[in-house]
Amino acid sequence: MATGFTINPLGDDALIIEFGDEINVETNQRVIALQQYLKINIIEGIIDIIPAYTTLTIVYNISVIKKLSRDQIAFKWLQKTLISILQKQLIIQKNESRKLSIPVCYHPSLAPDIEWLADQHQLTTDEVISLHSSTIYQVYMLGFLPGFPYMATVNQKLATPRKSTPRKIVAAGSVGIAGNQTGIYPFASPGGWQLIGKTPISIFDINEQQPALFQPGDVVNFYPITLEEFNHLQEE
Amino acid sequence: MSIKIIKAGISDAFFDEGRFGHQQSGINPTGAMDTVSIKIANALVNNFYNEAVLEMHFPAATILFEKPALVALSGANFSATVNDKILPINTPILIHQQTVLHFKNPVEGARVYLSIRGGFALQPWLNSYSTNSLIKVGGFNGRALQKDDIVSFNQQYDYPVNNTSKPFKILPLSASTVGLYKQGALRIIAGPHFKNLTTDSQQQLVLQSFTITNDNNRMGYRLKSSPLQLSKTQNIISSAVTYGCVQLLPNGQLLILMADHQTTGGYPIVAKVIAADLVSLAQKKSSDSISFQIVTPAAAEEAYMLQHRHLLQIQNACKLQLNDRINFLCRS
Repeated sequence: MATGFTINPLGDDALIIEFGDEINVETNQRVIALQQYLKINIIEGIIDIIPAYTTLTIVYNISVIKKLSRDQIAFKWLQKTLISILQKQLIIQKNESRKLSIPVCYHPSLAPDIEWLADQHQLTTDEVISLHSSTIYQVYMLGFLPGFPYMATVNQKLATPRKSTPRKIVAAGSVGIAGNQTGIYPFASPGGWQLIGKTPISIFDINEQQPALFQPGDVVNFYPITLEEFNHLQEE
Repeated sequence: MSIKIIKAGISDAFFDEGRFGHQQSGINPTGAMDTVSIKIANALVNNFYNEAVLEMHFPAATILFEKPALVALSGANFSATVNDKILPINTPILIHQQTVLHFKNPVEGARVYLSIRGGFALQPWLNSYSTNSLIKVGGFNGRALQKDDIVSFNQQYDYPVNNTSKPFKILPLSASTVGLYKQGALRIIAGPHFKNLTTDSQQQLVLQSFTITNDNNRMGYRLKSSPLQLSKTQNIISSAVTYGCVQLLPNGQLLILMADHQTTGGYPIVAKVIAADLVSLAQKKSSDSISFQIVTPAAAEEAYMLQHRHLLQIQNACKLQLNDRINFLCRS
C-alpha cells in the first residue's frame, strides 16, 4: 500500500496506524511525517505518539477522548479524525532530516564480536570497518531501551543475526549489528546484538530536555576513531 | 517530617500514574501497577489524585514514623499493623509519633499503596515522580527503598496527639472498592495478531485457565498453559506495545506486559487486557489462575468510564468530608 494505511485498535486505550508491511525508507517517512504533524496539531487526550518501522501508535486517555467523541466510541472518533488528517496527505511533509556523525572506535578491545563477524563474512576487520562506516543510515525508531536507535540498512556483506545467547551485560556506548540493523546501547544492559565498536559519546542524558540524542528520521553515519582518540573523548 | 525505613521490603518504590509523552524516545512510562489504588489512597488524605505514593510488594518495608502523620493504605491486604495493632485499609489513619508500620501476612493481592497527606518529597523527571529503575531516575533517587532511607514529606502538619495509649486513630471515612476491581475472567480485546492464531488457539484463549508463573514482575507476567499456536509463522515488525498487551512467545506461552514494559516489541500481540481491568490484573500474583473473556471496544470503554466515574465520586465524597474530619481531629 504505497499510499494506503489502516487504522486498528491496540486494545481500548491505543490505536495503530499502519502504513506498510515492509521496512523501507518511504514507509517510515510517512510514519514520521504524521508523528511530526500530530506533535504540532495537538489532539487533546492523546498522551503518547510512538513511531516504529511501519506503524504509528497513538496512546490516549479514554475519558478525555470521550468528551470529544460523545456518543461515538473513542476509537471510532479518533480513527475518523486521523483519516481526515491523512486524506490531506499532500499537506503532511516530513521535516528536513537532522544529520548526525557518530565517532566509533572499532578496536577489538571495545568490539568483542568484530573479529568473529569479519571471519563469518570472509572479510578483514578493516573491510568491516570500511563497510560499516561508509553507509548512511536512517533512524527508523527508538525502542527496547530509552534512547536506543534502530538504524538501517546495514551493508548486506555485514548483515548478521543476533547472538543465539545474549550477553548478560553489554557496555554503554556499544555499537552493534542485528540482522540488517545497526544500533547503539545507551546503557549497560543485557543484549544480543553483535558488538563491532564503541562510541565515547553519551547518547542518553537525563539532564537534557530531550534526553535521547537520536530521533526517528535522523540520518546517521559513523566515523572511525583510534583507541587514543576514544579514551581522550571519553574523559571529556 | 519523614519516614524511616527500618527494614527494606522486597521492592518498595514510589510511583504516580506514569511518565507519558516520551515513548518515542524509548522512555517507558513506569506508572503504578494499580492506578485505582493510588487514586483512592490520595483521595483519602485529600491529596491531588496523581501525587506519588509508595508501592510495596510482600514482604513489605517496616516503616518508622517519628512524628504523627495522616496516611492511607489501599490495594492489597498485607495485614498492616502499627505497633502490632491491625490497621484497616481504604480509610484515613492518623498514625501517632514513634510508631512502626509493619505488614505481617500476604492475605490478598499483590501490591499495597501508602499515601501521606501532602505527598512525599521526591525527585521529578520529565513531569512525573514515578521511579524508572532502568534509567535510575524519579521517585526516591531512582530506586527501591533500602534500610535506613529517610523519605521526607512535602508538608509539615501539626496533629495534636493526646491519647498515646493507642498507636493510631482511624478517621470515620472509608472508600468502598466494590465494583472497581473485576471478579472472575479478565476482559480482553482481540489483539492485532489474534486472527493469526489457529481457530483452536483462539478458543483456548477464552476457554482455558492460565497460571501466573513465578517469573512475574513489574515488566511482565509470564503465564503457563497448554501452548497456543499461530496458523502460520509471521514475521512481525517491531511496533509499540502498551500495558496489558498479551504477547505470544515462540514456545506457545503467553506474556502479559505490565507497567514497566519496554516501549516496543516484536512478538505477536494476541490480546490486550482492557484498561479498566489492568488494576485487577496488577493484584494477581504467582500461582494465581486467570482466565479471559473477549469484549467489544464499546464494552471496554464503558467499563473504563464506569470505573472513572466511580473514582470521581469517591474523590468528591472525600473532599467534602475530609476537611471537617481533619479539623475535628486537630481540635480533639
